[in-house]
Amino acid sequence: MLAFKIALRFLTHGRSQSILILVGIAIAISIQIFVGLLIDSLQRTIVDRTIGNSPHITISSATDVSTIRRWQQIVSEVENNKQVKAFSPSATGNAFVEKDNSNLPVLVRGFPFSAADQIYNIGDAIYDGTEYSSRREVLIGHELRKELELEVGDKLILSLPRGGKVTLTVSGFYDLGVASINKSWLFTYLGTAQEIFDFGDRVTSIEMAVKDVFQADAVAGQLEKTLNNNDIVIENWKDQNEELLSGLEGQKISSAIIQIVIIASVVIAIASVLAISVLQKSPEIGILKAMGINDFNASLIFIYEGFLLGLVGSLAGLGLGIGLLYAFLTFTASPEGAPIVDLYFNYGFVVRSWLIALIAATLAGVIPARKSLKLNPIDVIRGR
Amino acid sequence: MSGIIELTQLNKIYRGAVDVQVLFDINLSLAAGTCNSIMGASGSGKTTLLNIMGTLDVPTSGDVIIDGKLVNNMTNNQLARLRNETIGFVFQFHHLLPEFTALENVLMPYLIKRRRPSREVINRADELFDMLEIANVKHSPATKMSGGQQQRTAIARALINNPKIILTDEPTGNLDSETTQKICKGFREINRRYGTTFIVVTHDYRVAEHTDRIVEIRDGRIIADKTSG
Repeated sequence: MLAFKIALRFLTHGRSQSILILVGIAIAISIQIFVGLLIDSLQRTIVDRTIGNSPHITISSATDVSTIRRWQQIVSEVENNKQVKAFSPSATGNAFVEKDNSNLPVLVRGFPFSAADQIYNIGDAIYDGTEYSSRREVLIGHELRKELELEVGDKLILSLPRGGKVTLTVSGFYDLGVASINKSWLFTYLGTAQEIFDFGDRVTSIEMAVKDVFQADAVAGQLEKTLNNNDIVIENWKDQNEELLSGLEGQKISSAIIQIVIIASVVIAIASVLAISVLQKSPEIGILKAMGINDFNASLIFIYEGFLLGLVGSLAGLGLGIGLLYAFLTFTASPEGAPIVDLYFNYGFVVRSWLIALIAATLAGVIPARKSLKLNPIDVIRGR
Repeated sequence: MSGIIELTQLNKIYRGAVDVQVLFDINLSLAAGTCNSIMGASGSGKTTLLNIMGTLDVPTSGDVIIDGKLVNNMTNNQLARLRNETIGFVFQFHHLLPEFTALENVLMPYLIKRRRPSREVINRADELFDMLEIANVKHSPATKMSGGQQQRTAIARALINNPKIILTDEPTGNLDSETTQKICKGFREINRRYGTTFIVVTHDYRVAEHTDRIVEIRDGRIIADKTSG
């Protein structure tokens, strides 16, 4: 471990030079961590806000009739797919709510509450009142509430397209953060919707959430294969959001390029500082070689220097980068304290970045190490 | 009797735009346990000869045998090992590592071979510090010592592995006459106590007169070889 001890001593002896390069590495790595985590969080926030409160895959009827026959068979196939996190049959139909002299169009969506909650997160979105707990109860969105000036317990009269009216009681109000949904969707029991629209025991769609949202297309493909049913159509969010996905992909690539450039600059900085160090330390290396240190151990000194600079610099950079990110999220938060981006702390990315920085810094030591191999003690002894 | 250093038909030519031959057919045998000096004017080839004896440089032709081993075809690592175990160097400039204390510098050749200093080697270092009269600066950084103390530390470093051979190149070139005398006496004491073979390259008669044998070189050739009574 003599090489390690000498490397450590070289670094601590030339303290100001070491501190300077450490600060450089720390800043570079902190920017890498900051940019990487921020862009990752941003992407996930965008995806969450786009599809978080909607199904990732939807099965609906491909026939002239809007309802699906033998949907229980489909559900049992869906249940068997390990990638599916949650699923729910749904009966959906159009209706109108009377207001003054006009009719507001609404979409009545019947779900088993617990299943719908897993897909739409509706339980958390209820901000006043409770979930529906009897057959004639309904949940109303925030925008529609304002329009109709409703309170919990109020009655709502629906006009049905085939004629006739139905009266439902408001059990509570939700806010899913999407105005168009808040304004038009009414959540109620599956059975209530089936009854209102005369669907019998049929449903209009089977909606599901998958474990990895980016695998939705693959899961949809698997289901298509296993179900092999021409009466249904299977759609997934990725096919419906191609532009968003290509935007995210572009963002991902630019983030990767920034990170590669940062790592390259760290490697160049360390390699150049250590290359100068080889020149500065050539008398010491020369005398060590004269005393019998072999070429490998002499060059190991510079590999260790790269490793130590990388270790300390990257750890400081990690701390600084994470601190920067929290500071950024705090200072850019809304007056209510909600961050503009939901922080998604990707541990895998942080550990990966740290390891890459450490390996790159160690490898940066190879260039000066190779230089030290060529160092002949005779030249050093003569040169003085 | 074969010597601890045997040089046979040694030639050294520095290749370049113009080839320069600095050593011509040198034949030299140095007996173990003796104190030798190599004298010559600047450019006479004496330092090249010393570097070849120390395996730091290679001859263009001829054989070099150190402690019974022909070194001509040894690999770099084999040579490094041989230097570490058999040869100690003292140069005109001490070349101490400024990042380390005097004691750490002295232990360095030992630590090249082994992980931790043994009790014995620490005792030996203490003995060398005492003998060279530098015990008071044992824990001082190399940069905080006088020129004489630094050079004596370098001598202790050369001796720590108990080498059979010490090669020194103008060891007192930078020192005043009082310190020079102290160092020469130190060499003799070590030679007497441990039987170490000394080869001292110098142009200074006051140094050479402390040795048993004076080999004189001019223009790459041995012109005189005197053994004192």
